[in-house]
Amino acid sequence: MRHVVGPVEEIPPGGRKLVEAHGRRVVVFNLGGEFFALSDRCPHQGGPLSQGPVMGLVESPCPGEYRYGRPGEILRCPWHAWEFDIRTGRSRFDPRRMKVRAFPACVEKGEALQAETFPVRVEQDYVVVEL
Amino acid sequence: MNVHRPHPAPGRPLAAAEGLVDVDIHPRPRSLSDYDPWLSAEMRHRLHTYGNRPRHGFVRGTPFFKAQPLASRRDAWPPGGGTPASDPDFVARQHLDFHGVDVGVLNPLQPSGQGDVNNAFSAAMAHAVNEWQLAHWVARDARLRASVVVPYEDPAASAVEIRKRAGDRRFCQVLLMSRTSHPLGNPKYWPIFEAACEAGLPIGIHAFGYSGWPMTNGGWPSFYIEEVSEHATSCQSLVNSLVIEGVFERFRGLRIVLIECGFAWLPSLAWRLDRHWPTLRDELPHIRRAPSEQIREHIWVSTQPIEEPPRPEQLLDTLEWIGWDKVLYASDYPHWDFDDPRHALPAFIPEARRAAIFGGNARALYGF
Repeated sequence: MRHVVGPVEEIPPGGRKLVEAHGRRVVVFNLGGEFFALSDRCPHQGGPLSQGPVMGLVESPCPGEYRYGRPGEILRCPWHAWEFDIRTGRSRFDPRRMKVRAFPACVEKGEALQAETFPVRVEQDYVVVEL
Repeated sequence: MNVHRPHPAPGRPLAAAEGLVDVDIHPRPRSLSDYDPWLSAEMRHRLHTYGNRPRHGFVRGTPFFKAQPLASRRDAWPPGGGTPASDPDFVARQHLDFHGVDVGVLNPLQPSGQGDVNNAFSAAMAHAVNEWQLAHWVARDARLRASVVVPYEDPAASAVEIRKRAGDRRFCQVLLMSRTSHPLGNPKYWPIFEAACEAGLPIGIHAFGYSGWPMTNGGWPSFYIEEVSEHATSCQSLVNSLVIEGVFERFRGLRIVLIECGFAWLPSLAWRLDRHWPTLRDELPHIRRAPSEQIREHIWVSTQPIEEPPRPEQLLDTLEWIGWDKVLYASDYPHWDFDDPRHALPAFIPEARRAAIFGGNARALYGF
């Protein structure tokens, strides 16, 4: 099911928006113009991910060597600090088995959304998630 | 608290059929001035000029950054301002009401003056923190119980504070930190045990505290994760000392609650002691009962953090050894490692056991 989150200007780069639609709470992020949507519920104990800080990724091939990258792309649960990749929903510590549900998000032109119940303007771009 | 009816609370676990008692809630002052009404002018001056001075080098804070600011859930900062768990209304809304907590035990941590280098200041602060718990928390929410905060490095003054609170049902235990300047069974601390037994109060020992000694026996570690897992070793020294010094032989009614210390290390310590005791007992004529027997009779543990081995039977065996009647639910609210009661106890623990852990055991221990 498609849900119109709002005009793209509502979520500037580095911003986020919590939406509730079709019985789900979903938080939508803007990473440098690309949009990603994750469930607001941490798979661990249900902490509200929309209230978590974002950070970069410190990687280390071996003790003593560190690199910092991907600033703003890692979300940290506000409760127990579990970390998730905003792009995929996968956790940092066990990406294969532990992940938060991710939903496809994209930008669509207002004219393509005329049939939606959400009031849209033709000349405007909108963030849309598929739930 | 004799009759239990189901709560409409959305966050209350179904298994909490014998009530929901949380033995680990950490109230904070909004600012140090909250303690002023119960401090003398001199002690107020000390507090605001010099502050708390724990026995370690990091006077302005803790030695490690604790995962989240003020070691707290990021959604625990009250909307009306102030620090996590400083606003009784918000604590009620976010935790007690939401999870349907029937009784919550307050364990004030720093800034409480416990373990301060200045004994007189520590004693004055303990008195003030205890009065503050009553006025700011217990008087405003009948579900809450206070802990008797004591200046534990001055056991005589601690005993005075405990006797002052004896018989006051608003207090449910004496509170110590796990890291003390001597091993806790040292006769130096016996006035605390004596007064607690006299008052009929259990002693809650919460992990942490800064003793002046490095927190591992190899010195100061580099990372916070080493500190949080180190409790397993420092608490072994603590229990070892209580058993071997003869504290449980001298104070037969003493009840110790280990809070936030983990517990899977407890059976293996007892096995080791039971193995050594028969051969080394000549030096310990004051020990009459096997160490394991003392431990099982006198020690309770709390669930946060609960060990999570991949094979369920390993946890069940551990709890079986410690005693199903000795395990108490703890949330650690508002801290970052908070345990939501709906997720704290794995479903493979039989339902009647979970009911006891959520409520029955704590009610029996504290008389709630």
